[in-house]
Amino acid sequence: MATEVVKRENKYQQAFEALKARKPSAAWIELLRDSAMDRFESLGFPTVAEEEWKYTNLAELSRLHFNLATANKGVEYKSAQFSFPETADNQIVLVNGTFRHDLSTTEKLAGVVVLDLFEAISDARYGKVVREYLARNANYHDRGLTALNTAFLESGVFVLVPRNIEMESPLQITFVADSPAGHTANFPRVLLVAEENSSVKLVERFVSGRQPTFTNAVVEIVLLDGARLKHDRLQQEGSEAFHIATTAAELGQGSSYNSTAINLGAKLARHDVSVVMNHEGAECWVDGLYVVGSNQHSDTHSVIDHKQPYCNSHQLYKGILDGNGRAVFNGKIFVREGAQKTDAMQTNKNLLLSPQARVDTKPQLEIYADDVKCAHGAAVGQIDQEELFYLATRGIDPDLGKSLLTYGFAEEVIGKIGVESIRAQLDQAVLNQIHAELGPQASSPAGMSDML
Amino acid sequence: MLEIRNLHAAIDGKEILKGINLTVNKGEVHAIMGPNGSGKSTLAKVLAGHPGYEVTAGEVLYEGRNLLEMAPDERARDGVFMAFQYPIEVPGVSNAQFLRLAYNEKQKHLGSEELDPLEFKDLLKERAKVVEMDASFMTRSVNEGFSGGEKKRNEILQMAVLEPKLAILDETDSGLDIDALRVVAGGVNQLQGAENAIIVVTHYQRLLNYIVPDFVHVLADGRIAREGGKELALELEEKGYDWIKAQMQEIGSTTVRAN
Repeated sequence: MATEVVKRENKYQQAFEALKARKPSAAWIELLRDSAMDRFESLGFPTVAEEEWKYTNLAELSRLHFNLATANKGVEYKSAQFSFPETADNQIVLVNGTFRHDLSTTEKLAGVVVLDLFEAISDARYGKVVREYLARNANYHDRGLTALNTAFLESGVFVLVPRNIEMESPLQITFVADSPAGHTANFPRVLLVAEENSSVKLVERFVSGRQPTFTNAVVEIVLLDGARLKHDRLQQEGSEAFHIATTAAELGQGSSYNSTAINLGAKLARHDVSVVMNHEGAECWVDGLYVVGSNQHSDTHSVIDHKQPYCNSHQLYKGILDGNGRAVFNGKIFVREGAQKTDAMQTNKNLLLSPQARVDTKPQLEIYADDVKCAHGAAVGQIDQEELFYLATRGIDPDLGKSLLTYGFAEEVIGKIGVESIRAQLDQAVLNQIHAELGPQASSPAGMSDML
Repeated sequence: MLEIRNLHAAIDGKEILKGINLTVNKGEVHAIMGPNGSGKSTLAKVLAGHPGYEVTAGEVLYEGRNLLEMAPDERARDGVFMAFQYPIEVPGVSNAQFLRLAYNEKQKHLGSEELDPLEFKDLLKERAKVVEMDASFMTRSVNEGFSGGEKKRNEILQMAVLEPKLAILDETDSGLDIDALRVVAGGVNQLQGAENAIIVVTHYQRLLNYIVPDFVHVLADGRIAREGGKELALELEEKGYDWIKAQMQEIGSTTVRAN
């Protein structure tokens, strides 16, 4: 068994040796990467034997051989197609995890610092900040996939929002996974630090090409006291993509984190989101929507950790499942001892459009304080026949009625997105996907593949 | 316009309608009254095409066509409308979006011009006056968080937008206070004309003070027990439904036609 494990991980070992030959500018990064690779070698890919991976099987992903993707330098991507009118002036494009300056525009940063993460490491001003916060919230010690991402740190994005800066226009980071020459893996990394009383909007968009790709992204967010972040996340990868992502946020005193994650694409998607409320008076919204069609699997694991008193958390995740689509929602809320006056609310609702679709939902509350207000619930349902009849009596046929009710179901989450034109495009994308019925096999969500 | 002949209908194998005969002509207002469980709401739902009810015998002709063979949405596009006793909430879909979709589906069917959101907004503003609804209702989700009275007004607003030929109002007065009742009834009266017909299903006579029927039909145990003009409603109010039931027992199942 042990030999088997080592053999399997050699697939990445070779690429790692090649990476090591390219010496990083800071010794601590080399140590971090070595230590992370060491952890990955011990942990490997998670298996269904682990409680956290019970319903998401990575056997195929771990068996396949992926080469480390390059930045595809020289390949011209039409980066304007990835952005939205509101984000056209501020878009960072990562191609297979590498910051492509030639495709990025940073016109209206209003004092916000945006650098290639590797440049920031050796920067006289920001090196210290990176060292303080990188790999602090995304735990690689007992998570194999986070360890693998950390081992392959070589680029990425560093965002620093200085104290009191309020950035009006949203900043978009587009993650392009594209491997024209066959199976490739990419390991994008983002570190965003918002200093005291700053305010920023971040849009993350994941797209991929037609070939099989393995994206394993880690985004770390640090909000210092009084900072505010509106975070919209769009996962629109292609039908052959494996999408693994971790979002790890740490909230300072009186800070506010508002996240809306939309999962439409990929063959297999897993998103781990964690929010740690380390200081009093923080507030978070951790909302999301997953839409899966046939041959799609979407898994969201969320942890909201109330460690201090007077923090509020709100969570609404909705799922729409069609064909033989599968989804998993697992949401944990911890209220630690002493976290009095916590107000935590969690809801997961699922709409099954086909008898073959399946969702496994598990909301969990663990409360160790006695003066708190907490509620959670989960629901799985189908289109209501009385609602369809009501629409029919207004001349709306059952197919259109079904679309309208599904759209209405999704709208509650889509409406939370902070950028208007994204809301409008998503409304259309959700409607298209419902109409296509067969999921990304029939038509790639939002036609992303056609952009590459 | 509508001809119901010997209509029998059942739900879950239980027969509710046991031979209804009713003719409605253009320009007429008919009231269907009756005690709880007499089948009056069932009749409304069967006419609208609710899939839970099975028609076991009889026929319904609407403008000469077999209504029972038409799907509910087809009936609606061809001018049949039912105002629900308990209107359904449609979260996430605004009233304006919903109404425009319904309106355009009908226009498409009739080969008439569809309206874009701006054009439709003007039409909606105009029609909303009928039920004294303000603009804030148009951006809210359909019936979500509406009070009982607001839901009923919204039903009549839909009627005003869709301009049905045959409108069936199922217990539209239930749960309304007197002011809301006046608004709702006033809306219905504005929409009634020589080219359309209305069937008002109600338990109580009070709605008929506002929407004055040409004919009153009293249902008991799935059959029409008594028919007459608007005075019949007043007589019922005075004597109660026991009076009808007692008469039914005396004469068996034949319909009594008053004067």
